[in-house]
Amino acid sequence: MIRTEEMLLNVGPQHPSTHGVFRIVLKIDGEIIKEAKPVIGYLHRGTEKLAEDLQYTQIIPYTDRMDYLSAMTNNYIICHAVETMMEMEIPERADYLRILVMELGRVASHLVWFGTYLLDIGAMSPFLYAFREREMIINMLNEISGARLTFNYMRVGGVKWDAPEGWIEKVRDFVPHMRKQLAGYHDLISGNEIFLNRVKGVGYYTKEDAFAYSLSGANLRCTGVDWDLRKKEPYSLYDRFDFDVPVFDGGDAWTRYQCRMAEIEESLKIVEQAVEQFPAEGDIMAKVPRIIKPPAGETYVRIESPRGEIGCYIASQGKKEPYRLKFRRPSFYNLQILPKLLEGENIANLITILGGIDIVLGEVDG
Amino acid sequence: MIEELLYSAPSYLSTLIFFALGAGLLMMVLGFVTYAILAERKVIGFMQLRVGPNRVGGPLGLLQTVADVLKLLLKEDTIPKAADRPLFILAPVIAFAPAFMVLAAIPFSESLRFSDLGIGLLYYIAISGISTVGILMGGWASNNKYALLGGMRSAAQMISYEVPLVMSVIGIILLTGSLNLVEIVEAQQNLAYLFVQPLAFFIFLIASVAELNRTPFDLPEAESELVAGYHVEYSGFRWAFFMLTEYVYLFAMASITTILFLGGWNPVPFLEFIPGVIWFAIKFSIIVFIMIWLRATLPRLRADQLMSFGWKVLLPLALLNIFISAVIKEIWF
Repeated sequence: MIRTEEMLLNVGPQHPSTHGVFRIVLKIDGEIIKEAKPVIGYLHRGTEKLAEDLQYTQIIPYTDRMDYLSAMTNNYIICHAVETMMEMEIPERADYLRILVMELGRVASHLVWFGTYLLDIGAMSPFLYAFREREMIINMLNEISGARLTFNYMRVGGVKWDAPEGWIEKVRDFVPHMRKQLAGYHDLISGNEIFLNRVKGVGYYTKEDAFAYSLSGANLRCTGVDWDLRKKEPYSLYDRFDFDVPVFDGGDAWTRYQCRMAEIEESLKIVEQAVEQFPAEGDIMAKVPRIIKPPAGETYVRIESPRGEIGCYIASQGKKEPYRLKFRRPSFYNLQILPKLLEGENIANLITILGGIDIVLGEVDG
Repeated sequence: MIEELLYSAPSYLSTLIFFALGAGLLMMVLGFVTYAILAERKVIGFMQLRVGPNRVGGPLGLLQTVADVLKLLLKEDTIPKAADRPLFILAPVIAFAPAFMVLAAIPFSESLRFSDLGIGLLYYIAISGISTVGILMGGWASNNKYALLGGMRSAAQMISYEVPLVMSVIGIILLTGSLNLVEIVEAQQNLAYLFVQPLAFFIFLIASVAELNRTPFDLPEAESELVAGYHVEYSGFRWAFFMLTEYVYLFAMASITTILFLGGWNPVPFLEFIPGVIWFAIKFSIIVFIMIWLRATLPRLRADQLMSFGWKVLLPLALLNIFISAVIKEIWF
């Protein structure tokens, strides 16, 4: 008998495919993973603790840096939480602007996921194609908010800037363009035999597992659970739009891919309708007191971010700073299932599974 | 002239001439490598809606690779403390030397060839197998876990794909009745073997991409999994030697594909006035372009899929091809 031994392999925090500063310690036998231990916290900035010393408006830029791929939804969750506490009415135009930027942000976020996922799997070109379209979205968001990633666009009671001249038309023209490109992506990737072999049946988990690990977003919908907060608990104006929730029954990396690609299409539908319904004029800010002091009490709101259910809990004592602020960061919860999925897989599948979960380290580490 | 020298008795003069020719071939191959890298970056850039290198040497970036090589020469040559020093130094040489050795057997046209080897094809296949040892050695000697995994993958892959590669050309050997590359080309004067042996061509093309460690079979250096694979600890010119090996093999593999399947320097009908070397270059460039194209298009296979594809699909197909070739030969020739 040849004596064999397990090897301890440290993947990350600097590794091309861990999507940031994620580290995972693997016990491997050959290329088979025996045990995986994720190590997180390299990007921890203490957002929640910092928020306790900040006024509500000042917290908004911090949320930009959590899930930096869809900062608009993060902006929204904190504003939405405060607005819920203060029972504030938001002007219609502001709400439409919020929905437009959030859905564009969702498309951009899924495009980044699509590109980097294929890059992980070894295909170079889709990354550049996806980033071409994402660049158009980023430019549009830049035009409206003045920043490309950390938008700091929303305020309690509305949005900071109105849409500039011609912006709505640009968004309208973007939708058919994106649809065309999306069909191109499907031509290039979705039928590719190598890609299908890499993702089909990989990283499988059941509906029960998904519930047990509190997964959300596409990670949950890929197991056949119809759960989208935009439909189930409509916030903002989402009840005014006609769109479907893509649900696939498979629970593997392939259905997660299908789910996200279909979500891009649904987001485009929402954008299209929002552009049509967009009110010609109106305020973009509600009447908001100069210093925002939500009444004493607690509240928890949740919305659907590109990565899943993002929630915000605020405990207020009626002061201008929150007493305690807590974000339910979907990437952090989605990541918890990773060690279970990795057992017995090989290293190539580690990349497929980790990429398929779609984490953003800024959000995982808070 | 070369023809005469090839069949004349060895003398100081002929040795000198062949030495000079060898140096000339070396320069040509290095020139190819320089511009193949540039072409690859340009073509992939074009396919990915980028411009590619465009700063060094005019808007086409003609001196980009030269600048890269100069940079590599100036880089500090680091050898990890824990590495197995002699093996670490030897590995790039062992990977690299066979890449140049195989070039000796390749005829580029009727007159432009440096040997008339009766077993040319066998020589090519046998020598090119040695490079695997260099890669495995590099992976092991680096004393790095990623490098070891890359080295093991590479060894497994190259051994598995060498078999269908060799099997796929047996059909050609059967039809020609020779291992001599010149005779194989001459047998294709009327019809290239691509049309006689289409199955063998596809097996050969796939297996050669795998042999070259290029996408979709670039597992040994899978960037997103193993960071850089077997050469993760190499830097400076030692690293450049591994890269050089890869591109010289690209040259050799494209040449051998041209010779075996595309009819070498045989011209297309009615265009006989164009010299054979040019025909060779055109066919050769098509093969190189296909390799680059594949790289821009396809994702990477997984190690176990790679193995099962090699052993369960390519090898039986190659065996079937041998059988069919034998039957055809028996009936028609």
